[in-house]
Amino acid sequence: MIEIHNIEKSFDGNAVLKGISCTFETGKCNLLLGGSGTGKSVLLQCVVGLMQPDLGSITFDGTVFSNNKVQVRQEIRRKIGMLFQGSALFDSMTVAKNVEFPLQMLTPEMSREERRDRVEFCLKRVGLENAGDKMPSEISGGMKKRVGIARAIAPNCTYLFCDEPNSGLDPLTSLKIDELIQEITYEYNITTVIITHDMNSVIEIGDHIIFLYQGLKLWDGTKDEILNAQVPELKEFIFSSSLVRAAKRIDDETHSGVESL
Amino acid sequence: MVKSFGQFLLFLQSMLVRKERFAVLWKRTMEECVTIGVNSVFIVAIVSAFIGAVTCVQIAYNLTNPLIPKSTIGYMVREMTILELAPTITSIVLAGKVGSSIAGSLGTMRITEQVSALEVMGINSASYLVLPRILGAILMFPLLVVLAMALSIIGGYLAGSLTGSISAQEYIEGIRSDFIPYNIVFALIKSVVFAFLVSAISAFKGYYTEGGALEVGTASTTAVNNSIIAILIADFVLAAVLL
Repeated sequence: MIEIHNIEKSFDGNAVLKGISCTFETGKCNLLLGGSGTGKSVLLQCVVGLMQPDLGSITFDGTVFSNNKVQVRQEIRRKIGMLFQGSALFDSMTVAKNVEFPLQMLTPEMSREERRDRVEFCLKRVGLENAGDKMPSEISGGMKKRVGIARAIAPNCTYLFCDEPNSGLDPLTSLKIDELIQEITYEYNITTVIITHDMNSVIEIGDHIIFLYQGLKLWDGTKDEILNAQVPELKEFIFSSSLVRAAKRIDDETHSGVESL
Repeated sequence: MVKSFGQFLLFLQSMLVRKERFAVLWKRTMEECVTIGVNSVFIVAIVSAFIGAVTCVQIAYNLTNPLIPKSTIGYMVREMTILELAPTITSIVLAGKVGSSIAGSLGTMRITEQVSALEVMGINSASYLVLPRILGAILMFPLLVVLAMALSIIGGYLAGSLTGSISAQEYIEGIRSDFIPYNIVFALIKSVVFAFLVSAISAFKGYYTEGGALEVGTASTTAVNNSIIAILIADFVLAAVLL
């Protein structure tokens, strides 16, 4: 479980995060939802340690991460896997080498055979068992995301962070990526945090959703509760999606038909 | 300017804390030696051979006094090559080739979040990406400078012989006269200093790139400009201090 308490972050006097407190639960897909520029990415960067918050604390399973000793932060970081928006695969390495890289760097005690087996397992887990020899430039966007997931889970991560895993993907591939992340979360009982503004993902895998608006947490709840949320900013965000509007219209028409009968 | 210099010093310090294991550092340094050194042999060879040839021909053209022996041409080619042309021109050529490559690759890694990926894994990205490049440059620049010295002198020999400006015997007599071994040491010291400046400045510019493809290009250009200026300043300081 990751606990965030009263995080604040400003850039040149502009407050981007204004005292956010929330919890990311273990074994669940925790979604950070919000429009562009609401502070989702900044919050994620603070949580994974790429940025230092101005105020507040971040705790990973009871261990304070922010403002702690470098060794403690390093230990926690080694339990973190992250899928970046652009996948961030290393261009100079093959797909298999990309997946092997964190094992090579973080677990020097592993033998070459053990590493090879783990890479094969991870690539098979994401459905890319035949792509190990390809270079990142030779594979599609969806495959890159899968490789990114395989690289993140290779060292048995405890926390998985995904920065807009669906960006630039077609709806079908997006759905597959969402399902894969959800399966991995449940299978390994890890704490998954996903940044998204895709309502399909919210409806599909949103076990716990946190809605950010202008640097503030306005709402949190589950995917079953979100459509009935009474926060105007959240309602506006949700119903800006054509698909949700259409689904709502069909739902209303069905209900009015039932009532007229 | 002062702020940038302070950032540069902090950047150098960040490479040395939380270093990677020796095996990783060794492997990465050897990879960089190939990229920086082996892949630069061709351009260094071409440039230095022609510079030696042109130096020989131009000295011969200007040396019209019959009282000055022709072997002086060989002597002057050797002195100019060892003291200035081989270390400085080679380093300037390498600032263009290696410096832009270092800044471009690190800048691209930064904007495509590959540097962030390393940091999230708990790897010191400066130590993993930059330190091997600096060590690789420090190892390979002196070797390339020695190669440049040899090829430049051979270039002068061939040009002098082929154009008839100086006989082979006179040229060899010239390059063997009044040789001071310390000049070689001085040239190698210069090459090590230039290697550090080119690799560290280029890495600094690339590592802190922000934005997109345009900024990567700007970082590469700035890296080359700053490296060349640093080489010329260091060249003067080292000549004043060590000669």
